Amino acid sequence: MSALLRSKRIQSMAIQGGFVAIFVAIIASLVFTGARNIEAQGIASGFGFLERSTGWPLAFSVIETTPRSTYSEVLLAGLLNTLLVGGLTLVFATILGLCIAFMRISNNLLARLTGTAYVEIFRNVPAILQVVFWYAVLTHLPRPRGAYSVGEVAFFSNRGFVLPAPVLSGLDAIILALGFLALIGAFVFASRLQLTARAKLGAIGAFVVLAVVVWLTGRAPDTPLISVPELAGLRFVGGVTIPPEFLGLLIGLSFFGAAYVGEIIRGGLLSVDTGKLEAGASLGLSPWQINRLIRIPLAFRAMLPALSNQYIWLMKATTLGLVIGFSDFFAVISTSINQSGQTLELIALLMGGFLILNYALGTGMNAINQRLKIKGRS
Amino acid sequence: MTDVVTPSEHLPPPQNTWGEWIWKSFFGSVSNTLFTLAFGAFVVWVLSSVAGWMVLDAVWRVEDRDLCGHGAGACWAVIEDRWRLIFFGLYPYEEQWRSSIACLALALTIVLSCVPKFWSVRRLPVLWLAGFSVFVALMRGGFAELTLVTTEQWGGLSLTLFIFASVFLIGMPLAVVFALARRSSFPVIAKGMGVFIDVVRSLPLLAILFSAAVVIPILVPDWLQSSKLARVIVAFAVFFAAYQAEIIRAGLQSLSEGQEEAALSLGMPYWSVILDILMPQAFRNTLPSTINQAVITFKETSIVTVIGFFEIMASGRAVIGTDEWGAQFVEIYVFLGLVYFVFVFGLSRYGAWLEKRMRVGHG
Repeated sequence: MSALLRSKRIQSMAIQGGFVAIFVAIIASLVFTGARNIEAQGIASGFGFLERSTGWPLAFSVIETTPRSTYSEVLLAGLLNTLLVGGLTLVFATILGLCIAFMRISNNLLARLTGTAYVEIFRNVPAILQVVFWYAVLTHLPRPRGAYSVGEVAFFSNRGFVLPAPVLSGLDAIILALGFLALIGAFVFASRLQLTARAKLGAIGAFVVLAVVVWLTGRAPDTPLISVPELAGLRFVGGVTIPPEFLGLLIGLSFFGAAYVGEIIRGGLLSVDTGKLEAGASLGLSPWQINRLIRIPLAFRAMLPALSNQYIWLMKATTLGLVIGFSDFFAVISTSINQSGQTLELIALLMGGFLILNYALGTGMNAINQRLKIKGRS
Repeated sequence: MTDVVTPSEHLPPPQNTWGEWIWKSFFGSVSNTLFTLAFGAFVVWVLSSVAGWMVLDAVWRVEDRDLCGHGAGACWAVIEDRWRLIFFGLYPYEEQWRSSIACLALALTIVLSCVPKFWSVRRLPVLWLAGFSVFVALMRGGFAELTLVTTEQWGGLSLTLFIFASVFLIGMPLAVVFALARRSSFPVIAKGMGVFIDVVRSLPLLAILFSAAVVIPILVPDWLQSSKLARVIVAFAVFFAAYQAEIIRAGLQSLSEGQEEAALSLGMPYWSVILDILMPQAFRNTLPSTINQAVITFKETSIVTVIGFFEIMASGRAVIGTDEWGAQFVEIYVFLGLVYFVFVFGLSRYGAWLEKRMRVGHG
C-alpha cells in the first residue's frame, strides 16, 4: 500500500485530479452564484434576446441597421465595423511603418533623425491618448458651412470627411470585393499556379473590366455615375461621409501602430547577414536587385512572427473606439449590456468574437510563415 | 620588373573628420542632396511651426489668459491654472503634499529597482513592498495626524502610478506561478495553463477590465467581492501576468537543462532550485523584454479611464470638459502626452541601455 502511495504515477494522477476537482468546484460555484443573482434580477438567461429588436440606432455601420434591427444584426454590424477599421489600420500602419523603417536605415542623417523622432514620439504616448487627441482635432474642424474643401468636391468639416464616391449598390460592392479577393489570391498563389507576367497583367485587366461593367450597369436608372457631395443647409448631401469617430480611431491607431511596425521591419532588415548582401554585390547584382532578391525576402521571414503579434495587438486596440463613440464590436456589446441586461451572454459573445478573430489572424499569419520558411531548416 | 612598393607609398587610411562625415551623409550623392533639400525644408517648416506654437507665441501665465485664442501660440496658462487637478485629481487640496511625496517614493522605488545592485530574488520584492507600503500609507493616511483619504478620492498621476505599481506587484509573482505551471511536468496543469494564457492574451485588455467591472459582481458571492478598483487591478494583473509568464518561460527555456538537473542531483529542494538557480538567470536573460512589458503596462494604465477611474487621462479630460478651458484641448493632450513620454521614454531608454550592455557580454 505504501509502495502504491509512493509511486510517481499515482502521485501525479492524484495531484492532477485534485487540481481538476478544485477547478470544477470553482466553476460550479461561479455558475451557482451567477444563476442565483440573475434570477434575483429577473432577467431571462439564454441567447433568445438576439432575436429581439434593439430599439437604438448605430451611429456608424457598414451594413444597414435601424432601431428595428435585431441584436444579432447589430452585433454583426459591430463586428464588421471592427474588421473594417482594424483592416484599414493594419494596411496604413504597414505602409507608414515601411517608410519609417527605410528612413531609419537610410544613409541620410536627416532621414534617420526624422524616423527616430517619429518612432520615439508615437511609441511613447499611449494609444488611447492619441486616438482621443485626433478625435478632438477632427471634431474641432469648422462646421459644414465653413468646411475646408478640395476643389469643391471633397470637404473636411467637424462632421467628418465627405468625399465623392461612385454610386454602387450593396450587391455591386460585394461583387467587386469578391473580384478583388480573387485577384489578390491569384497573386499570392502566382508561383504555385505558374502564372506568367502576362497572365498577371491579364488578371488585373479582367478585374478592371469587371469593375467598369459593374459600375456602369449596376446602378439604378437616372443616378449619376459619381455622387459629388453638396452643401445643403447645415449638412452635406451625396458622396460618402467618413465620420470623425472612424477617422479618429483609424488615424490614431495607424500612427501608433506604424511606430511599432516600423521598428519590427527595421529589425528584420537589419537581421539579414551582411555577408549575404556582400555576396550579392560581388555577384554583380545592382543595389535594387540585392534589396529585392536577397534582403527583403530574408527580412520578411525574420519579421513575420513579431509582425503577426503586432497585427493582433492592433486588432485588439480597435476596442478603444468605445472611448470616442465609434460603434466597434466592443462598443456595441457594451451598449447592448446596458440596454438588455444580458451581461453574461454578451460578454461570452465578446470573448468568443475576439478569440475567433485573433485565432484566424494568427493562423493566417502562421500559414504565410510556414509557406515562406526556408525549407530544410526548422 | 616587379613593382617595388616604397614605404612612402603606404599612405595612411583616409581620416574622415566629423565635418566630412556629416557632409557626406547629407550631400553624398545627387539624390541624397535633393532629398536633404526637399525634406529638410519640410522638417524646418514643421519644427519652426511647432516651436512657434509651443514656445515663442505661447501664453504662459494665468494673468494673460485673455490673450489665449487670439494669437497663434499655445495657451499654457491652462496648465498653471489646473495642474493640481491633473496631477492629484480630487485628492483634498490641503493634503496634496502627501500625494506628491507618495509619488516621489514610488518613482524612487522604480529608479532603485533599475540599479543592478538591487537585482536579487530577495532584495527586489522587499524594495517594492517597502516603496508600495510607503505610497499607500501616505496616500491613505488614517494614522497619526494624517486624515483618512479613501481610494475613491485618489486621482491623477498618483492613481496612475498606484495602478501601475499594484499591477506590477501582483502580476510579477503571478507570472512566475503561471510560467512554472505552464512548464509543469503534470500534463493537465501545463495544458490547462497554456490554454488560459493563450485565451487571456488574445482578448483586448479593455474587454478584460470591463468584464472584471461588470461580470464579477454577478458571478462571485458577495462576501468575496471587493471594490471596483481592486477588481480591475487584479484583472489587469492577470492580463500582465499572462504576457510576462511567456517572457519568463522563454527565459527558462534559454537555460540549459543541465543546470536544473545538476541542482537537483546535488539534493537542492525544488523551490531552492527555482528561486536560486533558474529564476535569477531567467529574469536576467529576459530583462529587456520585461522592461518592454513594463513600458507597455504603464501606457495601458490609461485604459482604466474608460471603466470610470479618475487617473491622469481622465483628470486631464475633465479640465477640457469645463467651459472655461474647453478650447485648450490640444494643450492639455500635449501636456498629458509629455507626462507619459517622460516615464515611458526614460524606461525604454533604460531597457535599450541594458540590452546593449548585455550584448557586450557583461550580463
